[in-house]
Amino acid sequence: MSLVDRGRAAGKALVEEFELGLDAPICLTWELTYACNLSCVHCLSSSGRRDPGELSAAECRDLVDEFERMQIFYVNIGGGEPTVRPDFWELVDYATAHHVGVKFSTNGINITDETARWLAASDYVDVQISLDGATADVNDRVRGPGSYRTAVRAMERLAAAGFAGFKVSVVVTRDNAGQLDAFEAIAERYGAQLRLTRLRPAGRGADVWDRLHPTAAQQRVLYDWLVEHGERVLTGDSFFHLAGYGGSLPGLNLCGAGRVVCLVDPVGDVYACPFAIHDSFLAGNIRQAGGFAEVWRSSRLFAELRRPSGGGACTACSAYDACRGGCMAAKFFTGLPLDGPDPECVRGHGQTALTMVAPGSVPRPSPDHSHRAGPVPVTIGRHRPPAERACDDSPLAGFTPTGR
Amino acid sequence: MSTEDAPGPFDLDSAWRLDERVSVRPERFGALLYHFGTRRLSFLKSRILLDVVRGLAEQPSARAACVSAGVPSGELPRYRAALAALAASKMIHQRSL
Repeated sequence: MSLVDRGRAAGKALVEEFELGLDAPICLTWELTYACNLSCVHCLSSSGRRDPGELSAAECRDLVDEFERMQIFYVNIGGGEPTVRPDFWELVDYATAHHVGVKFSTNGINITDETARWLAASDYVDVQISLDGATADVNDRVRGPGSYRTAVRAMERLAAAGFAGFKVSVVVTRDNAGQLDAFEAIAERYGAQLRLTRLRPAGRGADVWDRLHPTAAQQRVLYDWLVEHGERVLTGDSFFHLAGYGGSLPGLNLCGAGRVVCLVDPVGDVYACPFAIHDSFLAGNIRQAGGFAEVWRSSRLFAELRRPSGGGACTACSAYDACRGGCMAAKFFTGLPLDGPDPECVRGHGQTALTMVAPGSVPRPSPDHSHRAGPVPVTIGRHRPPAERACDDSPLAGFTPTGR
Repeated sequence: MSTEDAPGPFDLDSAWRLDERVSVRPERFGALLYHFGTRRLSFLKSRILLDVVRGLAEQPSARAACVSAGVPSGELPRYRAALAALAASKMIHQRSL
């Protein structure tokens, strides 16, 4: 056994260690605000309107100090649209000065020529532009009118400023699953790196998941495409449920919720992961005594998630060692038992299980900060933003070298 | 591409140091290393290796750092391979004495 594992190629023994939890997260997603200029139909945090209880600038700085003490190397900042906070740039500055690297997700709205130059000059800041269609029609159906243009303008500015290797972040849907090569070409055009993540039935995504999640045939094509592209394309460990097809994709291939990742939301609530904004996955709040460190180390929920668990119905399946039963949040928000198959199980067990979910028994995502009025793209409900959470998924999101 | 067990050339008798942009966080199993420049993470899977890495800057050679951290001589090849992997990912650098 080797004594060193690289981030994207952790060995099995190490993954088993990670399942028991670490002293601090490897990767933490921090949503700064529920405010957003967009209303994306799949927003994981049902963002739109700012919450009056959002952390103040001073509280944000204190939290950065705590991250520094815990040696959390790196935070993925999202929202909402984080750049709409007037103190956003100052906070990024503060974090990097305190040895907390930042990767932030944005729809591009505030990437001006000036901010692009500022970002390009920092080694400690990475940027992720959200784009959910390689063409304006596909993108804007999900993210709202004009959002494609905004993202493209931001990418042009980052490229012009010399920011090499920023990320173009795509949530794979039924509508854009056929555009993978086109997405790659876009990333290449701007000297960026493509990042693909999974559509989760969380937040407003719960309302559109049935209609937008990739079909079984698309999943298979996606898996083969990811295998072929290897580490050139980032996934934030998003697709470990597809490992049941055969070999694992690069990444840790485990559910990191409460073990190596977590989410801090705009009001300081700490959830097990960015896809699980629901009271059932709420571990505590950073404003309580002991702050974030206490929640991470001592919350009952996290202790439970770190206990070795059986795979329930899945243990009999030969793919279980590879897929580990898939994504907890995806199961939860589709009404499936947490120890059963993922709704997108590659063996089809999820599909079967979904037919047995009693109507009305599916948990609803908890807080809703959606805009009360305004454009209603594509689906029932109103929709707002996301700058999707960056850690999006995985412990490894973020930890990937640019330019590999 | 994995650098695991990469036998690559690694001079145990040279002096080495951690890159100044690398942060080290001890964990139960060993440690996490994060390089702010390459944004790359590595996992050290032994506390002894952590001691070796921490000792590099003060010791005249990587070999001396291994001895001082208590690496048994039979284990030296594994530690050499681990250090080679760290050098390949730019976590550690050769320094002149």
